[in-house]
Amino acid sequence: MAFALIKLLPQQPKLRFMAYRNWAFPLSVVMMVVSLGVFGALGLNLGIDFRGGTVIEIRTTDGPADVGGIRTQLNQLQFGDVEVQSFGNDTDVLIRIEQQPGGDQAQQAVVERVRAELGDTGIEYRRFEVVGPRVSGELAVAGVIAVLAALGAILVYIWVRFEWQFAIGAIIATVHDVILTLGLFAITGLEFNLSSIAAILTIVGYSLNDTVVVYDRVRENLRRYKKMLIDDLLDLSVNSMLSRTIMTSVTTLIALGSLFLFGGEIIRSFTAAMIWGVLVGTYSSIFVAGPVLIFLKLRPASSAKASDSAEEPETAATSDDGSSKA
Amino acid sequence: MLYFAPWKTALIIAFAILSVVFAMPNAFDEETVETWPDFAPQQRIVLGLDLQGGAHMLLQVERDSLVEDRLEVLRDDVRTALRDERIGYTGLSFQGEAVQLRIRDLDRVGEARTILDALATPVESFTLGQQSPDVTVDVSNDGLARLTLTADGIDARVAQAVDQSIEVIRRRIDQLGTTEPTIQREGQDRVLVQVPGLDDPQRLKDLLQQTAALSFHLLCDEMSVDEALRTRAPAGCELLNSVDEPVQPYLIQSRALIQGDQLADAQPGFDQNTQEAIVQFRFNTSGATTFGQATTENVGLPFAIVLDDEVISAPVIREPILGGSGQISGNFTPELANDLAILLRAGALPADLTIVEERTVGPGLGADSIAAGEIAGVIGAIGVLLFMGLSYGLFGLFANVALFVNVSLILAALSVLGATLTLPGIAGILLTVGMAVDSNVLIFERIREEVRRGRKTIAAIDVGFREALRTILDANITTLIAAVILLQLGSGPVRGFAVTLAIGIVTTVFTAYTMTRLMIALWVKSRRPTALPI
Repeated sequence: MAFALIKLLPQQPKLRFMAYRNWAFPLSVVMMVVSLGVFGALGLNLGIDFRGGTVIEIRTTDGPADVGGIRTQLNQLQFGDVEVQSFGNDTDVLIRIEQQPGGDQAQQAVVERVRAELGDTGIEYRRFEVVGPRVSGELAVAGVIAVLAALGAILVYIWVRFEWQFAIGAIIATVHDVILTLGLFAITGLEFNLSSIAAILTIVGYSLNDTVVVYDRVRENLRRYKKMLIDDLLDLSVNSMLSRTIMTSVTTLIALGSLFLFGGEIIRSFTAAMIWGVLVGTYSSIFVAGPVLIFLKLRPASSAKASDSAEEPETAATSDDGSSKA
Repeated sequence: MLYFAPWKTALIIAFAILSVVFAMPNAFDEETVETWPDFAPQQRIVLGLDLQGGAHMLLQVERDSLVEDRLEVLRDDVRTALRDERIGYTGLSFQGEAVQLRIRDLDRVGEARTILDALATPVESFTLGQQSPDVTVDVSNDGLARLTLTADGIDARVAQAVDQSIEVIRRRIDQLGTTEPTIQREGQDRVLVQVPGLDDPQRLKDLLQQTAALSFHLLCDEMSVDEALRTRAPAGCELLNSVDEPVQPYLIQSRALIQGDQLADAQPGFDQNTQEAIVQFRFNTSGATTFGQATTENVGLPFAIVLDDEVISAPVIREPILGGSGQISGNFTPELANDLAILLRAGALPADLTIVEERTVGPGLGADSIAAGEIAGVIGAIGVLLFMGLSYGLFGLFANVALFVNVSLILAALSVLGATLTLPGIAGILLTVGMAVDSNVLIFERIREEVRRGRKTIAAIDVGFREALRTILDANITTLIAAVILLQLGSGPVRGFAVTLAIGIVTTVFTAYTMTRLMIALWVKSRRPTALPI
């Protein structure tokens, strides 16, 4: 079986990734500033998990739903902010009702009154979700704690396994991804709920996975090429992992794309965030995580300073250099 | 890296086959699996409520209502204890979480202190792990006495109320005849109730939220109801409304003749004369004695049957009821009588319960989600398998076999562990499929690189594996950390995702280290390749 698509990728790409930092860094900074700006100005479209309130999903069993009619009916109940929208197809309708004043008991009354108003004929009640004020507050706190705890734990792990520059670099790249993902939620108005926290944590995991793979190679090359300039060394490392990075991103995107298209309406915002996260994570492990190591002075930038290390280069390294030029 | 002892080879292959066997039941429907012989594994993955439909309710025991109840009991205890000793007092009242009063006779303050001290009962302390009083008694020399509920005392009561509530809720839900409800403590003061496959969440809510405290009271004859409405109920009496419309007030004695906790049984039925739906009840032995005595002493007087502070009916005692059984009638529908009987049999809740979170999914949506998850899973998996096969040829095939075993392992682990599969869980599995090939890609790319560096094919494979495994471990542990933290945060859907993600990471590293390596080792052994297929 000699056929293999992978051979179409350049065997040894020599892209100057570190030189690209001249535009990659400003681009990243601009994207982060825009994300944070929109996040600060508009905030997130918080779901009931964090804001409290009621979500009801219904399906009309006798033809397409009259979204406008349902909205008019529900507005008579005076629940304040009521959103009625079509959900996936023309018979499914999602109703969102903001948290009612009067504590947990008051939220329960909402479901009963909506059922009484819309009636039971021709309507299938597919889902009720009611989150009271006490629980929503706790979930919001727990979500923030989870993201911070994950970042902290991973920082410690990388610190232990690598040098401190790597830990800082990985965290910068990860925070970059988290901010851009928050930006996606803020700009698109995608609902931000508990599964969005799950998406962010998975993005953190995925992006770090990518970053660690590159760093692992950087560490190896640092031992192997004692005198190589840091720019060249990082370029070499990123280039040699490039086909892997692309392959893994593609397979993950195939899986996520299938979920996005066929996995149903309920997890669509979750997969949308994940797809964005994989793209951003891949970008950041190449264009952010690598170049950041230069700024963190992992190795002196000039070869004169580096040459004061007296050790002999490993034999494997020299032969590798020779063969790679052939 | 490429040598496997024969027993290791056998073990890995056996493990792979076993994982497929244990994942098998999930590929068939329940009826088919039941016909399998006993030695075949039959455990299927438990589907989450979002997939099979059902109700998830988080209930909170109301601390304030418990405090209020305890304060009322404490006030009555103080009153009785001081009266028995004929110690005069004034201004018996509630002050926040304390009962306050003033001893009139300053000479007897010391004596009062001893009496009040005796009202405190020791409880298990959460903070110190030892006994501490549930009430602190503070009597100053100027006669001002203050009995304050302690945090330990309230906590102990909350914990007790949660335990009792779980018992009562279990008895009530068992009567609904649904399969395998989950009822468990959540945090300090909450109860999580999950009932799969329930059509009518409203009925469940009604069953959960009704306290169902039944009691029998004599009516107060100290003043007329009208007079009490105009002024206020005299000490020891209270005004309660009737359940029936139009609402009618009753003035009843606060002290109950007998309470519902003495009931031995309650059944719905019909009155033989009026054909009205009723609830027939029977007291236990001691209850029957008390009831018999009370009815004997009060023949000819009306008494009120009170449920949750509302009067169901107020019949006149015509004759002493000595057998300990009787019936309650009150314009019930048959269904209402049935539910009331369930509630009475299951006993009263020790405190008010509030639903603080509700998530109900209808069976239709659940089925749709399963279908969507399956379609997305199959298409995604085929896409990844095709892409790997096309990209890496023979090695891609190896990776695909490893991936198949990997997914079998995840499904087998979920089945055996009895973990719950949710829609986000399916997403987690599919994400693992996408990321699982990563470990294989890392290995293959490393092998290619070693060849480029001038190593011989077999040596390149050997070194490639060794170098790549370190990277795989480092990379996956970081993702595992994120997954474990998600598990800790774990509410419902998020936990389902974290469980499959965490299991998936472990199985991914495992299959890369065993399956892929074994297949390549066997290939190397049989073909002695001089060139890579990639």
